Amino acid sequence: MNAVSPIRIWDIPGGIHPEENKHQSTAHGIETVPLPKQLILPLQQHLGARAEPAIEIGERVLKGQLIAEAAGMISCPLHAPTSGTVSAIGPAPYPHASGLEEWAITLEVDGQDEWIELAPIADYRSLEAATLLEVIRQAGVSGLGGAGFPTSVKLKARPEQKIHTLIVNGTECEPYITADDSAMRYKAEQIVAGIEILQHILHPEQVLIGIEDNKPEAIADMRKAVGERTSMQVVVFPTKYPSGGEKQLIQILTGKEVPSGGLPADIGMVCQNIGTLLAIHDAVLLGQPLIKRITTLTGDALQHPTNVEALIGTPISDLLSFAGLQPERLYRLVMGGPMMGFTLQSTAAPIIKTSNCLLAGTQEELPPPPPAQPCIRCGLCAEACPAELLPQQLHFFALGKDYDQLKRQNLFDCIECGACSYVCPSSIPLVQYYRAAKSDIRALDLQQHRSDHSKQRFEHRQERLQRETEQKERDRQARAEKAARMKAAKEAEAAKPNTDADDSSNEPDVARLQAQKPSGLSPEQKQLKIAAATAQMALKKANKQLAANPENTDLQAQIPELEQTARDTQEAFDKAQGELATQPAAEPVAGADDAKKLKIEAAMLRANLRKAERAAGDSPSEEQQAEIAKLREEAEAADARVPAAPAVKQPIDENLKKAKLDLAMARAAVRKTERELTSSPDDADLKAQLETQQQTFNAAEQVLHDAELNSPIPPPERQKVDKKPVDETVRELKTNLATAKADFKRAERELQAAIDAETDTAPAQDQLTATRATLDAAAKAFADHMASKETH
Amino acid sequence: MSMILTAVLVLLGLALIFGAILGYAAIRFKVEGDPIVDQINDLLPQTQCGQCGHPGCRPYAEGIANGEPINKCPPGGESTIQALADLLDVEALPLDAEHGEEKPKMVAYIREAECIGCTKCIQACPVDAILGAAKQMHTVITDECTGCDLCVEPCPVDCIDMLPLPTTPQNWKWDFPLPGAAVIATDAQRGAA
Repeated sequence: MNAVSPIRIWDIPGGIHPEENKHQSTAHGIETVPLPKQLILPLQQHLGARAEPAIEIGERVLKGQLIAEAAGMISCPLHAPTSGTVSAIGPAPYPHASGLEEWAITLEVDGQDEWIELAPIADYRSLEAATLLEVIRQAGVSGLGGAGFPTSVKLKARPEQKIHTLIVNGTECEPYITADDSAMRYKAEQIVAGIEILQHILHPEQVLIGIEDNKPEAIADMRKAVGERTSMQVVVFPTKYPSGGEKQLIQILTGKEVPSGGLPADIGMVCQNIGTLLAIHDAVLLGQPLIKRITTLTGDALQHPTNVEALIGTPISDLLSFAGLQPERLYRLVMGGPMMGFTLQSTAAPIIKTSNCLLAGTQEELPPPPPAQPCIRCGLCAEACPAELLPQQLHFFALGKDYDQLKRQNLFDCIECGACSYVCPSSIPLVQYYRAAKSDIRALDLQQHRSDHSKQRFEHRQERLQRETEQKERDRQARAEKAARMKAAKEAEAAKPNTDADDSSNEPDVARLQAQKPSGLSPEQKQLKIAAATAQMALKKANKQLAANPENTDLQAQIPELEQTARDTQEAFDKAQGELATQPAAEPVAGADDAKKLKIEAAMLRANLRKAERAAGDSPSEEQQAEIAKLREEAEAADARVPAAPAVKQPIDENLKKAKLDLAMARAAVRKTERELTSSPDDADLKAQLETQQQTFNAAEQVLHDAELNSPIPPPERQKVDKKPVDETVRELKTNLATAKADFKRAERELQAAIDAETDTAPAQDQLTATRATLDAAAKAFADHMASKETH
Repeated sequence: MSMILTAVLVLLGLALIFGAILGYAAIRFKVEGDPIVDQINDLLPQTQCGQCGHPGCRPYAEGIANGEPINKCPPGGESTIQALADLLDVEALPLDAEHGEEKPKMVAYIREAECIGCTKCIQACPVDAILGAAKQMHTVITDECTGCDLCVEPCPVDCIDMLPLPTTPQNWKWDFPLPGAAVIATDAQRGAA
């Protein structure tokens, strides 16, 4: 026994001594509530992110089965407290000061209370701390004292900080509540086992179990359970509200203060509630997730105030009727204690992991607060404040909504214990001001955070849009340049053949271009065609003008003339072309071009006809009628001239196309590798690559050949393909021949130059003879080779 | 005489020295940009709604820095006007009704069955809070929506609603206590008697 505690007890500033009212609920030990018909399991039973449902409506779940998964780091999974069927997932009553609904899983209890298979860990000492933390996390353990912070997160909140002191909070300083008291009385062994698990995880130098001196039975039972263990001590200290606050208890037991805005872990301490330790014991040694808790049911409106071990999610109405609620006496139903609890607006809500007490108070017990009077600056609140704040100042700043000042006055160190309101002679609901101010400040901070976020998103969007515009502009310029280049290239190409053809060199540019297009036409034909086109244009123009002002007699007179000219020229041209058509076409391409041209002509004639018809309108004049008839004739004639369009449009063979593409790609790959190989000729990898690529190329070639054989397209291109593998000898001979020819030509020129310059022509003559001999030899070799090839 | 001369010379010398120091400091410690615009911009709600007549919050911040009235921001409301007045040390004006009135925070919702997938709202959204593609249904990412209203106008089928954000236990706020009876207890009793 370590009855004589060597630990020095400190005191906290402020504090009050309200009436305890704890004896009412301790007479019956811990009772078990019969299974309710329905359980409501809110997805938010802890601080942090709402859990994510892991089951579907209509599914049967077993006791202890996971029904909602933790969503993120600071979150907690949720388990079915008994077996049954999921009947709903959606907003349901929720124990909250707002009275608003919260998403919950509703479970219809089947009464069989059938467990899933559990995996208890008997020898947890052989496991790593991280494994045990994961077990605790998976069991859904969160702080059962008040705030409901996920326990596994709290235990590793400051991984870099060595935890030297584990504090067990058995204080339970708030009036009426006896849940931890009865847990310590009846489950002390389990609590100590839970402490040992935490000792194994955290390896603290000391474990302090803090209990107020108003719970002698609990102190005795805990001392008994701790027994001879020297690693943990039960520390008893005088009763005072609010010693049970985490920071206050640390101050009482160690004399150290948790820094403002910090965590106990910052000074190497961790504080855990009695209920949480029980849950840790159940999670590790029994393998049971957190599905039940000890809750105090008390208040004068209950006939049978007691402590119960209730399943999480049990509706409050069930618990109250178990405790013998007298509805006519109930004035105010509070969840939590009278100092820090909140009024519940309905009994349909369930209890959750943080519900340590239900206080059903009568009007005498929880009277309505008297109307608030103005502050008289008595200073009692500042004396009562355990956090050494200035409640008056906070009150005034909260009234003026001066949030900056409130922050400066450390509003967020306020633990909302209610001591200031309790002592206030003017009955000012101080805590309500602080809560309201805190939620306003939090909302504003959130808003600020969101507006920063929106700003960032807006700026990024602007940047992106700008980038896109710039990219578009660049693309546009690139396209314009490309088009200009293409145009220039086309013009150059168009100009080149014309320089060769002497007869067209002095024609105007447009005519030259036009003449260049129908390559199968002779110069006479070309001229005829131009004349025909000019006449047509003039006719068209006159028609248009006539349509614009039909009264113009000059124009009307002109039109027949123009028509005549157009017809004549066209006929002349047609005749010339007819001659051409009778000749066998030298090239199929030219034939195709002609057909196209004829078609275009026919189409133009038809268009003219339509235009004339439109211009004539509903009541055409005689001339117009005549003209239309003529045009129609012409158009029909032109239509008849168009060859019956075979072979103009080539059928596209997809296989062939694909094979060609493949071949081209394979060839490109081979070329690329070859180039690379020339820069680094010793690269074995490259060589191997080249080999495989060559194989691919050969295969692709074979495929192309097959495709060509199977293709319905006549094989003009195939000649090209056949041409490709040129005989090396032939090529060499040809090259020799060409070189010899060039040499001979040069010799000739030199000789000429020598003659012109009237110098000595002998060397040039010699050279000429020599080159001629070479040329003859080369020509003979080539002729011989070709002849021998043909004979093969 | 020489004393007066000395005094004049000394003062002249000091003036030159200090002038040189000031001139140097003006160049050496020159502040790039206009930090007041950033400060103003930080106070604006960043809805980018354009109700002030500027294409976004930052242009309005620049406008304010150039002397525009501070009461043209309906989404910011009185609190923003107050904050701007404090920052700029000017008088807080009531919100200019010409630019709209202060409304509770709204969020856009697309009636998804009616959406035709025209992407017009996506192009209008200043914070890229609308998700969708051509001829696909669109939806609003509620967490990113600033409630600026800009997507409502371009919608050809009017399927976007601006709804106030629902209150949940997570964003619920405690109310401030109602103002108590501002009389002394004895007075109240006398009044009741």
